[in-house]
Amino acid sequence: MTTSNYATERETTEGRVFTVTGGDWDQIVSGTDPINDERIVVNMGPQHPSTHGVLRLVLELEGETVREARSVIGYLHTGIEKNLEYRNWVQGSTFVTRMDYLAPLFNETAYSLAVEKLLGITDDITERATTIRVLMMELNRISSHLVWVATTAMELGAINMMLYGFREREYILDIFESITGLRMNHAYVRPGGVAQDVPDEAIVKIHKFLKMLPKRLKEYEDLLSGQPIWTERTKNVAVLDATGCLALGVTGPVLRSAGLAWDLRKTMPYCGYETYEFDVPTHPDGDVWGRYLVRLAEIRESLKLVEQALDRLKPGPVMVADKKIAWPAQLAIGVDGMGNSLEHVAKIMGQSMESLIHHFKLVTEGFRVPPGQVYVGIESPRGELGVHAVSDGGTRPYRVHYREPSFVNLQALPAMAEGGLIADVIAGGASLDPVMGGCDR
Amino acid sequence: MGAPSDKPNTGGLPVPVTPAGASSGAPAEHPPASPAGRGMFGIHGTGDVSGFGGLVRQRQPVEETPRPYGGYFDEVRDALEEAYPAFGDAIEKVVVDRGELTLHVRPERIAEVCQVLRDDLALRFELCSSVSGVDYLGADERRLHVVYQLTSMTYRRRVRLEAAVSAEAPHLPSVTGVYPTADWQEREAYDMFGVVFDGHPNLTRILMPDDWEGHPQRKDYPLGGVPVEYKGAEIPPPDRRRSYQ
Repeated sequence: MTTSNYATERETTEGRVFTVTGGDWDQIVSGTDPINDERIVVNMGPQHPSTHGVLRLVLELEGETVREARSVIGYLHTGIEKNLEYRNWVQGSTFVTRMDYLAPLFNETAYSLAVEKLLGITDDITERATTIRVLMMELNRISSHLVWVATTAMELGAINMMLYGFREREYILDIFESITGLRMNHAYVRPGGVAQDVPDEAIVKIHKFLKMLPKRLKEYEDLLSGQPIWTERTKNVAVLDATGCLALGVTGPVLRSAGLAWDLRKTMPYCGYETYEFDVPTHPDGDVWGRYLVRLAEIRESLKLVEQALDRLKPGPVMVADKKIAWPAQLAIGVDGMGNSLEHVAKIMGQSMESLIHHFKLVTEGFRVPPGQVYVGIESPRGELGVHAVSDGGTRPYRVHYREPSFVNLQALPAMAEGGLIADVIAGGASLDPVMGGCDR
Repeated sequence: MGAPSDKPNTGGLPVPVTPAGASSGAPAEHPPASPAGRGMFGIHGTGDVSGFGGLVRQRQPVEETPRPYGGYFDEVRDALEEAYPAFGDAIEKVVVDRGELTLHVRPERIAEVCQVLRDDLALRFELCSSVSGVDYLGADERRLHVVYQLTSMTYRRRVRLEAAVSAEAPHLPSVTGVYPTADWQEREAYDMFGVVFDGHPNLTRILMPDDWEGHPQRKDYPLGGVPVEYKGAEIPPPDRRRSYQ
């Protein structure tokens, strides 16, 4: 005979009667909770809408609690670093822009800064080129953070925010298209400067955007910040403190959300960031909520930077004067799209054999880079984006390694997820903002 | 190439002719992929008339930089020498180039050096920014170099450590005990270069599939690819094309 856990019972003439009294809850549940004895392993991904691309998470679950989490990456490995070794230095821009596809201009700028440092022409980069780089990077930071808000909000249940975020990002991509010719994968920032000058129509568009975005940001904050579901899903979720961040090498907004104001634009400035006025937002709590606030604040700081960069945009060359490095081609929009300008074609084909030879040699052979190695780190939307470039004196990179913040930051996922609920794995993973194209390269 | 009279009469239309050397002893048939520093030059019998045949570029050995280095580099060296008694044994050479400090470390000492660099109050390199590899095939006996980029957030300084191991005995201690962030980065270096980090908690492939053979970032790793025929001429795969060096 079994005894009931819930109440004592006795038989009466009217049937069985249960007398419900208080009891020890632990004693009651001890015999009836098979879930605690059972661990199941769940593969989340590599095809899962909440893992930002092809990330696979192997989760060991106890009920809804994550006991162990392991991330498996490599599904988007395309061997870009190896490919670079078989192309010349300028062609490298075209490859690296495809790594972190949400922040292509950062990949290009980091690569260009590294090649310029190897060449020893860092100081020769024209002011206009540097200002354009800052302008483009900050716009790119805004678009990347917008995608972050959009995707994270969608994963936590706010589909409308996803649409708004992508709508605003599209506006930035339009600006990029009118400047570089492409929405993504620009290959715009090249060793020595940028590929072409910024057209006036793009400046007008940027001004419009600067007016429009602050209002929209306010709307998004009204939409999310006071929202009980949003705050419940983000506050005190996936906490990682500054010590944990440093040990695991986590940089960028995640580190700043843990209270450490480490931003390479301030601490190890490049591209003249030390002359701009902007703040480094931080948050003390180190949770998803803090990362959300830091990213929104960073969008506002980037708007300030874009505005300052626009003010500084004085006419001038956008490529180094050294004709042995700068590509001779002047690009122009023709009936069939972007290409060499007709004047340039007329010159090399009709007037100057020397120019033709020069063009040919520079494009097919490329320039030589003195042997040595450099490391350049810049602040991408996800953290420290480092380029370790090695030259053996040839016309092609000997080795280029990208220190990708997505790759390094993803290591922190088990530290954030283990012991929490499975739903918070989504929030925690999203708050790292991993881009698998960059992670796997 | 045949004389004009050999060509069949096609009514004035050009006939595709295989260029000499495109198929006989062509680059595509040449076994060594691309020994570093040689490229396609030095390959014989290709009909290459560029005059570069046999050209092999000499690589300059990396030399120790004399003191003073300038900047904070002297301070870093002095602080390390003071805090680390085995400095003379562990540091092979100190190179300052393009405003960057590189300490070439004996591989078996790398974890100790990292520990001192992280913990000493005058050094404080708290963050290991990057770990990666470079294969100096043909330029160095110990061809596989592991490169560590350390960042001191306190002093806002960077230093690079370089440890060289040979392809035959590619072992060095893991620094994951000092910098947990090196975990995945060492796995990548193992995956791409075959460097074995002793003491790593889980040294498996990370980017390539688990059953992959070989280490793709090594310079003698064949790229694969097939020659492509275009209008009668054969274009070899990328790593076997003639290239500028």
